[in-house]
Amino acid sequence: MRTSYPLQVISAAGAGLLFGQGLIISRMIDPIKVMDFLDFSGDWDPSLAFVMLGAILVTSIGYKILFNTERPLFADLFRLPKAKNIDLRLLSGAVLFGIGWGLAGLCPGPALVDSGLGLPSVLSFVISMIIGINGYRLFRALSAKTKPQSNSE
Amino acid sequence: MNELTPYLSALLGGIYIGLAVVWLMWANGRIAGISGILGGLLRLDKEELAWRAAFVLGLLGSPWMYSLVTGEKIFIHDGTSVETAIIAGLLVGVGTQIGSGCTSGHGVCGTSRLSARSITATLTFTVAGAVTVYLARHIFGATA
Repeated sequence: MRTSYPLQVISAAGAGLLFGQGLIISRMIDPIKVMDFLDFSGDWDPSLAFVMLGAILVTSIGYKILFNTERPLFADLFRLPKAKNIDLRLLSGAVLFGIGWGLAGLCPGPALVDSGLGLPSVLSFVISMIIGINGYRLFRALSAKTKPQSNSE
Repeated sequence: MNELTPYLSALLGGIYIGLAVVWLMWANGRIAGISGILGGLLRLDKEELAWRAAFVLGLLGSPWMYSLVTGEKIFIHDGTSVETAIIAGLLVGVGTQIGSGCTSGHGVCGTSRLSARSITATLTFTVAGAVTVYLARHIFGATA
């Protein structure tokens, strides 16, 4: 099949819906449950490790099969991240992310799913996260523009 | 409901997530990394924007679909104050962009490809999260 943007949109919406069902069924959407999972020294709740187990099991098998095929159904190629380096950037980003994850018990997927449930803390988290994502990207784009030759502004 | 229920539903939920991740690669050739998808929402390129927005809308609509199918209302526990949530949201947002991924992109997609980079990131943010919860709950005595 040829690259089809309308079909990509429909399949992405379906993927988001299905992903959300998984987060809801597994209870990954509950901030306190996430904190209980991260609380190794307290009353540790290991059940969320099984979310990762199930997801990784299916994904590793599924990806292996897919990457032996020629191309995706509605796009021209499988797009995979090329970066391989383990550097300070990766580690510091992961540390910042982990601190935020632990503080609120929320990461991007569950936060989006939860955003319609009416909790002010969740909504504040989502807005703040979107500001963080885009603020950082804007900062990067601007500093990349001004660095080589400052004739852009 | 018995003692195994949380484990089974976690495993089942994980399988659903895996199926969604595999589907997005099969259909669109894309990694289902939520922070990466969100980060691409400010693009001007219409084709790139459309599937990302659709995926996010799917996530936003998933509680509605869950309730429609099961007839159950979704309940979650409030984790933090608004003030803490604002700080946490900023850290999560900025952290995913510096570290190129989150629980889905590194934790599920990257780990499944046995990417050393993603496995390192996943271990790092899990330890950072655990230390944070330890400090918040057991040292500073947060109620949550």
